[in-house]
Amino acid sequence: MKTTFKNGKQIKIALIGCLALSLGLFAFKQLADFSSADRNKYIEVEGQMEAELTAPPLVPKPIGSRDATKLIVNMEVKEMESELADGVKYTYWTFGGSVPGSFIRTRVGDEVEFHLRNHPDNKLSHNIDLHAVTGQGGGAASSLVAPGHEKVFNFKTLNPGLYVYHCATAPVGMHIANGMYGLILVEPEGGLPAVDKEYYIMQGDFYTKGKNGDQGLQAFDMDKAVKEQPDYVVFNGKTGSLVGSKAITAKVGETVRLFVGNGGPNLVSSFHVIGEIFDNVRIEGGDMVNHNVQTTLIPSGGAAIVEFKVDVPGTLILVDHSIFRAFNKGALGMLKVEGPEDKTIYSGTTQEGIYLPEGGAIQTMPKGKEVAVSKVAKTIPQQIQAGKDVFGKVCFACHQSEGQGIPTVFPPLAKSDYLNADSKRAMNAVLHGLTGEVTVNGKKYNNVMTSQNLTDEEIANTLTFVYDSWGNNKTRITAAMVKAQRNQNSH
Amino acid sequence: MLQLKIIISTFLVMIVTSLLAQESQMVAIKRGAYVPLYGTKDKKPVEVDAFSMDVYPVTNAQFLAFIKKRPEFSRSKMKGIFAEKSYLSHWESEFNYGKNNLSNAPITNVSWFVAKKYCECQGKRLPTMDEWEYVAMADEKRADARSKEEFNNYILSWYEKPKTFVNPVGKTFKNYWGVYDMHGLVWEWTSDFNSIFLSGESRKDKDTDKNLFCGSGSVNASDLMNYAAFMRYGFRASLKARFTTRNLGFRCAKDLK
Repeated sequence: MKTTFKNGKQIKIALIGCLALSLGLFAFKQLADFSSADRNKYIEVEGQMEAELTAPPLVPKPIGSRDATKLIVNMEVKEMESELADGVKYTYWTFGGSVPGSFIRTRVGDEVEFHLRNHPDNKLSHNIDLHAVTGQGGGAASSLVAPGHEKVFNFKTLNPGLYVYHCATAPVGMHIANGMYGLILVEPEGGLPAVDKEYYIMQGDFYTKGKNGDQGLQAFDMDKAVKEQPDYVVFNGKTGSLVGSKAITAKVGETVRLFVGNGGPNLVSSFHVIGEIFDNVRIEGGDMVNHNVQTTLIPSGGAAIVEFKVDVPGTLILVDHSIFRAFNKGALGMLKVEGPEDKTIYSGTTQEGIYLPEGGAIQTMPKGKEVAVSKVAKTIPQQIQAGKDVFGKVCFACHQSEGQGIPTVFPPLAKSDYLNADSKRAMNAVLHGLTGEVTVNGKKYNNVMTSQNLTDEEIANTLTFVYDSWGNNKTRITAAMVKAQRNQNSH
Repeated sequence: MLQLKIIISTFLVMIVTSLLAQESQMVAIKRGAYVPLYGTKDKKPVEVDAFSMDVYPVTNAQFLAFIKKRPEFSRSKMKGIFAEKSYLSHWESEFNYGKNNLSNAPITNVSWFVAKKYCECQGKRLPTMDEWEYVAMADEKRADARSKEEFNNYILSWYEKPKTFVNPVGKTFKNYWGVYDMHGLVWEWTSDFNSIFLSGESRKDKDTDKNLFCGSGSVNASDLMNYAAFMRYGFRASLKARFTTRNLGFRCAKDLK
């Protein structure tokens, strides 16, 4: 019988018990504070509603102060042919009929009932992995769905943030490369701070059998995808999706929030807006906010929220600042800002002159005064050769190597109706620059070409070269013609 | 009189069966072995015994003839556990595939149960997945063209062509064995379509010994670039025997005596 303990031993046991208990409580407290997700799982839901889904660049209405709810998301997978660039078709696989897929807006604590439907005419099975899901495969394990069928699964949003979703069916890379990605936003309780404008932009890289610009239906190229050598890098699924009449807009003084995602499959984006500084960046779509940022990295399969106030009018250019992607592969969009100018913030050009280090003083451009020509090209072939050299140094940057220009930004010189219709107008453009809207081959362009400080001889040669190339009408321009044009306009 | 009737009807039956037999020609496939993309441990070759296979997938007209004979497989009589609502839903009516469907286009929107029954009624069976894959790896000239780039490109280009299910059978290439339409027309049922267990979560499978599919597939697959085949395995994995889809048809096979 062990009925008697020494007092000391009893105390020891009691102390150890207390210690264990307090350690346990301490550990529990530690655990409870590990992340907001631990608390968010206890958020109760009120009622039920169907989620508003939007195609880019639009986003659904903010959640505001609504309670967590049971949110029904109906997402349809569609395989469809659409335009990747001018005259270039591609077979996209989409969530909701757009690339990127429909924007889903939820709040923390929502219980999402996700319906994934695969259109009956589709060929392939698909599924969805939402990075906002805590669970096997982000939902992929529960959502593999055959054409003509529907799969349903539920999840609770535990962590606020901006998340990518994508298809994860074999081969994953190919499903993503064909456009199967989009964004799901989980707003914190009470919602994100209100702004004037919100837009949805997502970058993706595309791999086609043909080169960039090759016309017709282009098939996916696995080889290039494995080598990570895309032919197109674009915003919102196609070249020019946010350019010209499709540009996003804001008014001077408004605050703008961009939900920017990167579907990949391969490239990391250096997201930058030319002419603006991000006031706030929610780095990687999470809680951390950085201020006064020029360029923010958006990983493949990641996102960021950027916010800024537009102070002056103009066209802000959205680019991946890995800059060849922007000007040669399509990763270029526009945000048009309208409203009154503020010359204190940005003056525009106040003076234009020539900089001569030896001469000291700044002079005005010597228009109408021809500089001595060292080498005179006499025959047409000589002219063309000389013109080609000038083109390669001066014109090529905008009008591109084959005179193809850049769709919606710089007009083409190849087979250009604008060019062939009027050679005097062409000479004037080179002599004096060209500003404002022009229509070339049925497409509108509104940009600025600066006056080129070239000799009459150089202009004659370059234009002769251009007229002789890429299906143009072989007009010959002489130095005398340029001179006549120069004098006519400079009185 | 009775005798005459019997003679005539026997004669008719013979004509009909010979017609049917003509319509579903078969060719002999020689015995062999191949390494499938999935389903073997250690990438060991799988033996395929000699068998015969339909030259073409089963067509709308052939299937209509079958239903007329066996009306229990018509749309209205079909039980939900054997085929879903979309069963034959592209047909105009119960016993009429309609003007929008070619008589010699492949039958689709049929479940595995019905496809299996159809073949059994012809004294045949569905091909096994190994048999199907074994025949499907042939191009015009080679029994195994899986490593050929153009061959894979051909298969892949089909994924980008919409609505090929409206095309007639026999318009794609005739392969090494004399079989048409293994690629480029419709998916096809196999008897053991679900024998490769795919979790649906394609990427977690790399650390399992099941040799499954997907992202990890590129590591496991016996042919790294044969991603064309991933699609088939992925598609099959999403099916259940009662499913019917617009891009999924079938053809029959038979043991060689």
